[in-house]
Amino acid sequence: MDFNDTPEEAAFRKEVRAWLDANATRKSDDKQSFRARNDDPNLLKNAKEWQAKKAAAGYARITWPSEYGGRGGTPILQVIYQQEESTYLVPLGFFDIGLGMCIPTMMAYATPEQLKRYVKPALYGEEIWCQLFSEPAAGSDVAGIRTRAERDGDEWVINGQKVWTSGAHYSDYGIIITRTDPSVPKHQGLTMFFLSMKTPGVEVRPIKQMSGGANFNEVFFTNVRIPDSQRLGKVGEGWKAALTTLMNERLAVGMPSGGLDVDELMELARDTELEDGPAIRNQQVRGKLAEWYVQQQGLKFTRYRTLTALSKGQTPGPESSIIKIVAASKMQDMGALAMELMGPAGIMKEQVPNAAGFQAQWIASAGFRIAGGTDEILRNIVAERVLGLPQDVRVDKDVPFNKMK
Amino acid sequence: MRAGLLGFAIMNFDFSDDQKLLKEQVRKFLADKCPTKVVRRVLDGNETHAEEVWKGLVGLGVPGTAIPEAYGGLGLSPLELCVIAEEIGRAAAPVPFDSSVVLATEALKLAGTEAQKSKWLPMLASGEATGTLAIAEGPEPPRPRNTRATFGGARLNGKKVPVIDGEAASFAIVLANTGGQGERAVSLVLVDLKQAGVSRRRVETVDPARKHAELSFGDAAAELLGGEGEGWRTLERLYDTAAVYFAFAQVGGAEAAMWMARDYALQRQAFGRLIGSYQAIKHKLADCYVKLELARSNAYYGAMMLADGGADLPLAAAAARIAATDAYDFAAKENIQTHGGIGFTWEADTQFHYRRSRVLALALGGPMSWKDKLVTRLEQKNVA
Repeated sequence: MDFNDTPEEAAFRKEVRAWLDANATRKSDDKQSFRARNDDPNLLKNAKEWQAKKAAAGYARITWPSEYGGRGGTPILQVIYQQEESTYLVPLGFFDIGLGMCIPTMMAYATPEQLKRYVKPALYGEEIWCQLFSEPAAGSDVAGIRTRAERDGDEWVINGQKVWTSGAHYSDYGIIITRTDPSVPKHQGLTMFFLSMKTPGVEVRPIKQMSGGANFNEVFFTNVRIPDSQRLGKVGEGWKAALTTLMNERLAVGMPSGGLDVDELMELARDTELEDGPAIRNQQVRGKLAEWYVQQQGLKFTRYRTLTALSKGQTPGPESSIIKIVAASKMQDMGALAMELMGPAGIMKEQVPNAAGFQAQWIASAGFRIAGGTDEILRNIVAERVLGLPQDVRVDKDVPFNKMK
Repeated sequence: MRAGLLGFAIMNFDFSDDQKLLKEQVRKFLADKCPTKVVRRVLDGNETHAEEVWKGLVGLGVPGTAIPEAYGGLGLSPLELCVIAEEIGRAAAPVPFDSSVVLATEALKLAGTEAQKSKWLPMLASGEATGTLAIAEGPEPPRPRNTRATFGGARLNGKKVPVIDGEAASFAIVLANTGGQGERAVSLVLVDLKQAGVSRRRVETVDPARKHAELSFGDAAAELLGGEGEGWRTLERLYDTAAVYFAFAQVGGAEAAMWMARDYALQRQAFGRLIGSYQAIKHKLADCYVKLELARSNAYYGAMMLADGGADLPLAAAAARIAATDAYDFAAKENIQTHGGIGFTWEADTQFHYRRSRVLALALGGPMSWKDKLVTRLEQKNVA
């Protein structure tokens, strides 16, 4: 048992590191983040440049076939690339949804001509994709969506609304799940399409998040016309296509890495005085620090076990759901304690530089417990797929969609 | 030292195929020879342990797994003993594994003289003898300052309780006061329990499947194990090693409890459907699984530190112990909860893991002290 690469993995890592050294700047400290400077108006432009560079070198999607710009490599090589890249100061984050979810869906359902047209530009960051699934009436219940697509000759006319669409405001294309037949039970009346976000009738409106930013959007569709050639899969088989997308979601979303963790909270506890002395000497604080450290290590070593399985050619299963279940709440609770250590001033955004990072995480974590699979849905997934317990009772499974209240 | 920009690797963070084979072998043996009715038999009766199961484990070489070949053992690594520990825990086997194979054997390996090791290790390996550890003296977590048993002039005096497997053990390793200040007030001594100066009395505990005793020493002949005044330090090191093996046993037990609950949830119906189809049960068991997997991951790292003699063992052991204790406590009690009324009967098998989880939780010191210890160790690491 060891923490070593195989010889092949080590050789690849060396190659990657050499390329990164020649093309990017190493971080001087692992807490540095390109994102920290996301007030930079050139961020998107810089991110596209970096994406093009790494795509040209064959590192953007190593597992894809070479005809699409990949290397036909194993998943472990992509992990190695990502590990190395994370130690360099490079702009990331705009292409994960497109490359992680949308393009894989295209690969499963689009025509060869369409793949020729769309895959390389996505890989090179020239075109950005978003995922148009969630709606005001349907989030966790993806199949409950209402946005309609009605056939009109060789075209479909889309009317409706999507919500929580990350990146829609800078996206060029999107994959969209629509209801094409409301007279059948919900799962059977869905169809998937892709479309340009510039299609007439598509309107993107940013939604301000609790964190103050606006990274996701409402997207309104008013008589949007698209050709039938942009349909992905058969009419009425949209659920199957959606499952393909969702299967990849959990790999694409997931918790951001980095950020403040137990080390930083311990530093804060050392530097903060409570009623009876430094916080680090307080038994309640020590107890919580220990619990979070144990969770932090447990998450790290669970990732290592997953990597080991990947390295041996095994497919990691739903076990990866457990990471987000733990990490999001841990971030929330740690953030709350960090603020508590400051006393009433813990709520202040000024004069408390130590706690500021934890405050932001306390806010952001409320969203992480929901996005990319809520805590509750993830627990259902563990219960059903790992433990073999029955699915929840669905009262709407066999009822025509238009008969549901 | 800050981790972070150190090199990455993909890792070989798993047991080898041979180790997995050994695990299967022990698991099959215990499934066959130590089903729950054997645990119940020892729980309900007078036996100190399930002798036929113990004999079978001896036959498989279990006690000698991590004893060097020079002392009659199999000379395998801590990794083999870890996988065995997990299976023992899964079966809640009523055998002197934690006491003799882990605590007494590792104490001898850690602090024994050549003479002591040559005398006792071969007998431990062959099953001819078993040993145990005798630290506590009643309520209050043991400390150097509250250790009243004394050792001087090669004679041991005092009382130790509760001592796991104290009735059947051939020898005990005892924490005794030998004069000196602070932590140096205590030493470990090795005492043959088959002598006139030793009397043993069974004490009732919450887990009658693991019999405990009160040992009374009246001028019992004994000898130092390790240097005088080194007892507390040696005990800390022993507990770190033991914590990892116990963590594997706790993980095995937690997993057994979780599947027991799952199986029941797939049989029992309420309000017209399986109770396993309700989210309260689904989410409860999902939480069991999450805690179990994190504990397993922490235990793996502890195993790696044991196998490599890694400097991170104290932190790794503390994390493994805290995670595994939480996982086993949770799984054991929620297993009862999932069973409803029937889970609270004597007849149900749910009680075995509930009881055992407390024994393993407290034997090396409970979660509160280990959490404090963990933070102290983190503080020491961060200034280094």
